[in-house]
Amino acid sequence: MKIGELKQGAKAQVVGYCDRTDCVMRLQEMGLTLGTEFQVTKIAPLGDPIEICFRCQRLVVRGKECDGIEIEPMVAEQ
Amino acid sequence: MTATPIVRTVLHTVALVGNPNAGKTSLFNALTGSQQKVANYPGVTVERAVGRLRGNTPGAAIEVVDVPGLYSTNAVSVDEQVAAEEIRGAAGPALDLLVFVADVTNLERSLYFFSQVADLGQPMIVALTMTDALAKQGGSVNIEALSQALGTVVVSVISHKGVGLEDLKSAILTALEQKPVPPPVGKEPGSKVEISTDERYKWAQEVRETSVLEGPPHRSTTEKIDAILTHRVFGLAIFVGVMYGLFQSIYTLAAPMMDGIEWLIGQLGDAVSPSIEGIPWLQSLVVDGLIGGVGSALVFLPQILILFFFIAALEGTGYLARSAFLMDRLLGWCGLSGRAFIPLLSSFACAIPGIMAARVMPDARSRLATIIIAPLMSCSARLPVYILLIGAFIEPRFGPGWAGFTLFAMHFVGLIIAIPIVLILNRNVLKMKRLPFIMELPRYQWPKWRDVWLSMFLRGKVFLQTAGTIIVLMSVVMWALLYFPRDIEGEARAKREYSAKNADFRERVSEDKYLQQVHVEQSYLGRIGKGIEPVFAPAGFDWRLSTAILCAFPAREVVVSSIGILFSLGSDAEEKDLQSALSSSTWPDGRPLFTPWTAVGFMVFFALCCQCMSTLATVRRETNSWKWPLFMFVYMTGLAYVAAVAIHRVSLLFG
Repeated sequence: MKIGELKQGAKAQVVGYCDRTDCVMRLQEMGLTLGTEFQVTKIAPLGDPIEICFRCQRLVVRGKECDGIEIEPMVAEQ
Repeated sequence: MTATPIVRTVLHTVALVGNPNAGKTSLFNALTGSQQKVANYPGVTVERAVGRLRGNTPGAAIEVVDVPGLYSTNAVSVDEQVAAEEIRGAAGPALDLLVFVADVTNLERSLYFFSQVADLGQPMIVALTMTDALAKQGGSVNIEALSQALGTVVVSVISHKGVGLEDLKSAILTALEQKPVPPPVGKEPGSKVEISTDERYKWAQEVRETSVLEGPPHRSTTEKIDAILTHRVFGLAIFVGVMYGLFQSIYTLAAPMMDGIEWLIGQLGDAVSPSIEGIPWLQSLVVDGLIGGVGSALVFLPQILILFFFIAALEGTGYLARSAFLMDRLLGWCGLSGRAFIPLLSSFACAIPGIMAARVMPDARSRLATIIIAPLMSCSARLPVYILLIGAFIEPRFGPGWAGFTLFAMHFVGLIIAIPIVLILNRNVLKMKRLPFIMELPRYQWPKWRDVWLSMFLRGKVFLQTAGTIIVLMSVVMWALLYFPRDIEGEARAKREYSAKNADFRERVSEDKYLQQVHVEQSYLGRIGKGIEPVFAPAGFDWRLSTAILCAFPAREVVVSSIGILFSLGSDAEEKDLQSALSSSTWPDGRPLFTPWTAVGFMVFFALCCQCMSTLATVRRETNSWKWPLFMFVYMTGLAYVAAVAIHRVSLLFG
């Protein structure tokens, strides 16, 4: 699954990288490493970009530019 | 060298290094005060700020460099590359010490970059920022444990409150002597094999866990504010309100200040004028060329200062990033970014502050694209031309409805044209690597007024020093083109011609105004205008209109007074007289000069052309090269010409 397909509030985990674009490499360097859990905290009113939260930081990314990251949604804990 | 004994001082260079938004610039401002010098790195548009360390530093002069923020030493863009090279010491003078600025609330990411910099093996100490924000969240940090884990000195600082600054200064002084080199993280000394990003983050996480105690998880104030400010409905409504306030301020708040500057410049001219009365050309050079030129640079200051006040305040609070978050979709599809909104919006007041505001974009490519289209937005200096021509040719024939529509359309023409231009720019012209769009949403906080004030002050200073100088030089050149050649003989001839005119003409046009007109006609600029008449003929403009366009180069609004002079009404003609003069003027063969279509063509030409030397001077400063202002001038003038000719041709078809 891709980051852009997640709904607002969804949590997910990075499971792989299928396209090592500049954006993907940079996100990895900013801490979105393999296995990192993150949450989609907000989707902009016009549908894109997306705000994601991991390692105590909140970043805004464009859904399309993150297509190189494979993710797996996590089931809600409670 | 002077003979007087001077205290021997050693010059040291200390660089502040760290992630963007880590509080680097705030710390830099606190360490250096207003004694900063800002200049572009060679060949790129990113700036390097340098300042002297304030306070007592016995025996040493310490220069502090604010290196642009980086996430990694692996540079993606050219801007990042120059910053990374500076840290490596590959560019320019070697650095004596790195002060790594680490944000304690975002410690893992800071430490990732720290681990890369540590591998370079340079003397480095750490300044830990945002400890106050951590404390507010109920967390704490063990500085000693962190210092031990990193293998170097760590000093906690709260820049805007001045907390820890003295400790940091003395740590810098000690470190300059002892040169503490933290142990490399990612590789064995001497080995070339580096560990992976994942492993670096594992290390960073361990370090954080041993040194930082986080507060209990809770919904932060920032999240609560964001629930409103980036809300689907309220968020957009508030955004529109904020932007309206910003635009109104640069549009109306600046106006009285600009009038004030113009008045002062006028007073200065009047004061200086009598002392050099004996030499007319010198008097005109000083008053019209030099003082007038300084005035045309100074007049932009209010708008620049107001806009940068807003930008610095919005950036300081964290709202700037939110506004980009809201607008990114709207601008992103054609290759711009959400951050282009404020520069483009301000360009509707004036392109100069708009172009300068483009530096809120970290990506050089979208910054350039924004700069290049900014002058297409219809600035307030074009308004007098629209009003003059619409009043003369649209309103009397088609009524106020169409007049209003035309005025509205004129403001949209540039915006519409800008879209294909950006698409072409991105596809065919701008080839540099694009920085991925990854934007941090920082915590909301009150703006730090010192940072806001310094940002305003520096932007004003940089504008006057670089663009201002070019503006004054160009003003003098334009003055010379408009003043010379001037001889007694020509003047006498014009006077004779005037007295030979019939009484009716002399009734209409005073001798003064006639001489003014003849003089512009005879000047080099007037000759150029006449020379290029055939070029403008396909657009339906005669030499007077083409000369008026040329005269507008120092400032667009001058076009109205130039039209006044060229249509023998003097530079301060009433709008009514000007409008009737325009509608009654003809080609030599008796055809009317203006049809409504010619008026529209002239307005569209004026909306699209780049007849504004201050814009070009600002683009020169902001892009650090003459290539882009030249490109801008050529493409905009070409566009304007093609549009004006097309409008004229179409109007001929329909009679």
